Amino acid sequence: MSTQTTAIDKQQLQATALKVREHIIRMATDGGCFVGASLSAADLILYLYSEWLNVNKSNLSDPNRDYLFLSKGHDVPALYGTFVELGLMDPERLKNHLSIDDHIYWHPNTKIPGIEFHSGSLGHLPSVAIGVALDIKIRGGKNRVVCILGDGELNEGTCWEAMLVANAYQLDNLIFVVDRNQFQANMPTEDLIPLEPLHDKFAAFGAAVKRIDGHDFDALHDAFSAYPFQPGKVNVVIADTVRGRGLPSIERRADRWFCNFTATEIDSLLKELHGEHQTQLTSETLVVR
Amino acid sequence: MTYEELLTQQALADDRFVVMTAENRALVRNIYAHLGNRFIDTGITEQTMIGAAAGLALRGRIPVVHALASFLTMRAFEFVRTDAGIPNLPIKLSSFIPGFLSDGNGPTHQAIEDISLMRGIPNMTVFAPADEDDLLKMLPQIWNYPSPSYVRINTRKTEFEHAPFEFGKAEVIAEGSDVTILTYGLLFEQVLEAVKILEAEGLSVGFVNMRSLKPVDEQAILNAAKSNLVVSVEDHFLTGGLYSIIAEVLLKHQASAKVLPLALNEKWFKPSLLPKVLEHEGFTGKQIAEKILGYNTKAVQATIAAQEFSE
Repeated sequence: MSTQTTAIDKQQLQATALKVREHIIRMATDGGCFVGASLSAADLILYLYSEWLNVNKSNLSDPNRDYLFLSKGHDVPALYGTFVELGLMDPERLKNHLSIDDHIYWHPNTKIPGIEFHSGSLGHLPSVAIGVALDIKIRGGKNRVVCILGDGELNEGTCWEAMLVANAYQLDNLIFVVDRNQFQANMPTEDLIPLEPLHDKFAAFGAAVKRIDGHDFDALHDAFSAYPFQPGKVNVVIADTVRGRGLPSIERRADRWFCNFTATEIDSLLKELHGEHQTQLTSETLVVR
Repeated sequence: MTYEELLTQQALADDRFVVMTAENRALVRNIYAHLGNRFIDTGITEQTMIGAAAGLALRGRIPVVHALASFLTMRAFEFVRTDAGIPNLPIKLSSFIPGFLSDGNGPTHQAIEDISLMRGIPNMTVFAPADEDDLLKMLPQIWNYPSPSYVRINTRKTEFEHAPFEFGKAEVIAEGSDVTILTYGLLFEQVLEAVKILEAEGLSVGFVNMRSLKPVDEQAILNAAKSNLVVSVEDHFLTGGLYSIIAEVLLKHQASAKVLPLALNEKWFKPSLLPKVLEHEGFTGKQIAEKILGYNTKAVQATIAAQEFSE
């Protein structure tokens, strides 16, 4: 894709985003998944793959492709949903979620074509992304590297270690995207390990920072169209999002981090996604303070 | 030829090689002049260095990474396990001042569980050269092997000229029926002296430089077990190192042997300069020989006592 600002079909993206969310919801049963973190990251992941990244079915091993690393990991259902909608993955395969015969589980792994590296242990992929960005620089390549981080993940010291190194090597081909959904596992980030003022923190590490509404495709497009934000500076996008976005019955709920819904709840949640009544959830929730 | 010259030669011959360090430049001070941007210093960030090495390896590079042994194996352990081990990427760990080589630094810098930790990682290979000659003989094969590796770097010079390196094979220097000593790393030099003393005492002494601890030369251990006494000598905790490897191999093959382990048992060593450390901890050639002679004498006395009792 060109980095020049071109029009995006916002309505089409919104319609596809709904389908991605349907896939996520359907994965949240028979063992469940991290549905809240997936719904918050769904729009930005869909935007990146459909509008911005030079990644498609035929170039997955091309050294000139762009790279996306999913560091927070829990949002991998959003990636699967996106892959299915963009033709990178067989939709039938999603039915194998948690099957012993496939490789579709709670964290990303490279057995799924298009996934560049496994994650699950937080704070690892910022440095892996640095290695890829460094190599592209050494070879004089033009490809770009995106690394999606959770806001809770920013508790890990290695995220900040990576910021120091990315700044030292002036990796302006690297973009860290923070899915700022305001929650870590059990509670709001600001109630446990406060992150704000987050923009200033990244700026102090030498990054060129943009803060946007991570559910607004126009805002995403404006931000990414401005790549590289500043020559010689690592790029950071803080995407303000809502955990559980699209399902009011679980939005911003600390006890709905990981969900394993009943079949009845899934049916009801799929309707809720399309604007119908809120679901009366009876499945087990986390105990939160 | 030095370590740095060999690495420079390898990297100049094959541009897949990149040289990285977490600001531990002791072994690679001059290499930037030759490699330019293929020399990457990430600062004091062992974890980030390993993660970045994984990223470089994803792009087809072979990163040779440098840091102090204790921080490379322990501070960055989970990165090594997760980002090199799980994907089986050819990240080459060059571990500086392992074991007794940290001499005066103190317990923070004592990597004496490194063999145990590294060999516990699937896909990882583990090597410990006896001296510089041994190191330079093994590195080309290790660097070109398509898996992660851990090398206890040892650039000390000895008079000994080693046999060519065979991947996964020990160097059997002598075979003997009374006692066989298995060792690795810098204690090779001390064991060499111990062997001379024991031979002067009239013992038939076997001597094996393990070289490769994973994959390990099982046959060399089984052969050693045929002598009356096997002695493991290592600057490592008793747990998880060569003594454990010997136990695992013997058990696997349902073999048994009388084994005297000389290792650091549940303790860090007293920091000082290396010769003093060796002496204080009982690892000079003379002390090793004395322990073996004493053990044999005790064993002989115990046998006599048992015979007397049975009479």
